[in-house]
Amino acid sequence: MIVIPYVDKPHPLTGVTNAKFGIWLFLASEVMLFGALFSTLIILRTGSANWPLGSTELNVPLATINTIALITSSVTIVLAWASLKMQQIGRFRVYMALTLLLSAVFLVIKYFEYTHKFEHGHFPSTSTFFAIYFTMTGLHGIHIIGGMIVNAYLMGPGSAMWKKNPEQFTGRVECAGLYWHFVDLVWIFLFPSFYLL
Amino acid sequence: MSSHDSHAQGHHEMGFIRKWVFSTDHKVIGIQYAVTAMLFLLFGFFLILMLRWQLAHPNTAIPIIGGFLPESWANGGVMTPDFYNVIGAMHGTIMVFLGVVPLSVGGFGNYLLPIQVGAQDMAFPKLNMASYWVFFIGGVIMFASFFLPGGPAANGWTSYPPLSVVAQNGQTMWLLGMVFLITSSLLGSVNFIVTGVQLRTKGMSFFRMPLFVWAQLVTSFLLLLAFPPLEAAGVLQLMDRVFGSSFFLPSGLIVSGEKLTVSGGGNPILWQHLFWFLAHPEVYVLILPAFGIVAEVIATNTRKPIYGYQTLIYSMVFLGFMSFFVWAHHMFMTGMGTNLSNFFQATTMIISVPSVIILTTLLLTLWGASIRYTVPMLFALAFLPMFAIGGLTGLPLGLAAADIHLHDTYYVIGHFHYVVAPGTLFGLFAGVYHWFPKVTGRKTNVALGKLHFWISFLAINGVFFPMFFQGMAGVSRRLYDPMVYAHVAHSQGLTVLSSYCSFILGAAQFLFLANIIYSAFKGKKVESDNPWESTTLEWATATPPPHENFPTPLEVFRGPYEYGLTPKGYSPQHLQEA
Ligand code: HEM
Ligand SMILES: [Cu+2]
Repeated sequence: MIVIPYVDKPHPLTGVTNAKFGIWLFLASEVMLFGALFSTLIILRTGSANWPLGSTELNVPLATINTIALITSSVTIVLAWASLKMQQIGRFRVYMALTLLLSAVFLVIKYFEYTHKFEHGHFPSTSTFFAIYFTMTGLHGIHIIGGMIVNAYLMGPGSAMWKKNPEQFTGRVECAGLYWHFVDLVWIFLFPSFYLL
Repeated sequence: MSSHDSHAQGHHEMGFIRKWVFSTDHKVIGIQYAVTAMLFLLFGFFLILMLRWQLAHPNTAIPIIGGFLPESWANGGVMTPDFYNVIGAMHGTIMVFLGVVPLSVGGFGNYLLPIQVGAQDMAFPKLNMASYWVFFIGGVIMFASFFLPGGPAANGWTSYPPLSVVAQNGQTMWLLGMVFLITSSLLGSVNFIVTGVQLRTKGMSFFRMPLFVWAQLVTSFLLLLAFPPLEAAGVLQLMDRVFGSSFFLPSGLIVSGEKLTVSGGGNPILWQHLFWFLAHPEVYVLILPAFGIVAEVIATNTRKPIYGYQTLIYSMVFLGFMSFFVWAHHMFMTGMGTNLSNFFQATTMIISVPSVIILTTLLLTLWGASIRYTVPMLFALAFLPMFAIGGLTGLPLGLAAADIHLHDTYYVIGHFHYVVAPGTLFGLFAGVYHWFPKVTGRKTNVALGKLHFWISFLAINGVFFPMFFQGMAGVSRRLYDPMVYAHVAHSQGLTVLSSYCSFILGAAQFLFLANIIYSAFKGKKVESDNPWESTTLEWATATPPPHENFPTPLEVFRGPYEYGLTPKGYSPQHLQEA
């Protein structure tokens, strides 16, 4: 068997496990991805003579509920991880389920927002405002779905690892949490950029 | 090499599929990358040979091959303008994204980085396997696009809009393929960095790591941070093409005499910024691994420590860092204004400094050495002046005033090919010849290798050197028929010279193929695990290295290039007594 070191113990130099180091690097690349898209938004907007006001085109109350849902889910995922630290796998499941529930709320609301726009004839081809709105929130939505799959796996079949190697499992949950915070953070930038400003 | 694999670890023999197809062993994955990449290199090279025929003999049938091509590509054997455009775009794409990077990073990096730091495998072996297969899917998509009705992408490897947005379906395939290739690079670079930082064996401090490892680490950071913006740009272009958005389409665009029915309001220059934000760092992705290989080969064959080992490392790191701030030197012609131009001219001049330092340290290493002129060393020695020509001819392109004249001419083609062809490719050849005995346990044929080197060396200069003169005389790149422009027809003699040299170059590669294929199965077996008397860790293990590289983890006691300090002549890193 291959014995790869620092799978569940931090490396003395960097102070993190392999997985946590990896997830930070991955998030760095994600910052560049969304950074490029936000730059695109800025360039398109500053180059446009009649950029619409987000609050008149989009539904601010719904997005506010979504913002609250995502921020709360960031809290619950931390609580899920903290439960593992306190050796309480049962509470971990409860908090993970709450996290998933809140992300589902986010997606359902987003679904209604999207279909509402389509009904009113607003598509990516309508204007660059809607084009960049659909692209960025859509990509963010895909990130939410990816995170939900991981979280559901960790809550369900993935949690079998808890018995064999609790430390490694806690590490995995922590990595999922870091990713989830990032996705949350992106939304915190998206919300004002599209809905408020 | 299979029989060696089951060492004393007591693991079972794996089936063929687990072992050679869905393997998680970094060495097998490295070989998979290398073989796939070399096939793509051959394919991309073959495409450009057809193009060179068209340039040398416009409107005459391509010998032999022309008859086999479909009507839309070669009419009566004569290359069509559309197919010319296809070749231009796909040669560039394939060479860069499916050839050189997968070979230098995916192949050499995968195979050597874990061994050279004394690790048993990559930090995430399954992720490593995934990145190969994601790369493979990307390659299949690119290759399959040749068989689409309408053919593959034909908008240059740069895919500038608006042309690329209104172009045929091949461009959509190109974008999809790129999304896979980018994803694969991202997975790979995370793996490389974590392995290089966390899995170093005992005693392998950062300043005892071989330069090859340093080069791979810097490269990985570039891939990690520069590729995502291109992924974003790719997604935006896909939106434009598939969902009719106008990210890159300005208002009131007229195509074929008709106003496009799109919302407009987009910005074509935006694509160029996003593209070059990747594509400039990408040129360092193309060259850094070659620096790493050449450094290893030079140290081994000069029997001397690398001159200024730490300086070289700092230069590579600085080079990597600066490469994020020079991208718009490709865009002087877009009218971005003097302030921006000045900024990017200045950064471009600054970034040439570390490149020169790297070259100088390698050159000074040769000083006073009793050089072993092995085949890999010949390629490594040729690399130095070739890269120097490529680099120095880049300076005028980094100054807006000169670039206005030289932009989009054959001068540019000559410049960057000196960097990537006799530069990087020669570095890669050096690497293949150097590590071949370790990977296969057999030696390559020296006479064939030397023949391969000398013909390639002469021919490749014949291909690219004339391009400088043509470019300065104003010959544009991407021209289908040189004879219809008076100033281009004027230099047709040089075009013919360049084309025939490229055919000779092509023929010489059969020597290489014959050599490595024959030697892999029938070559002379190596008697020692360390045939070149080298110091780094890959030579400290069995040949070929067993499944987990080292039966017991090694400890490292000294820097990577301690040559000539003891009567033996070299001090391997893992031996306590030098
Ligand atoms: C050694 C053999 C090679 C030969 C003979 C060769 C030849 C050429 C020629 C003649 C062109 C200009 C095509 C035109 O006029 O449209 C070209 C373009 C190009 N080549 Fe190569 N090349 C070689 C290797 C490479 C390698 C190793 C790379 C990359 C790592 C590369 C990357 C490119 C790129 C990016 C372009 C620009 C494509 C475009 O216009 O969009 N080539 N090559
Ligand atoms: Cu550049």
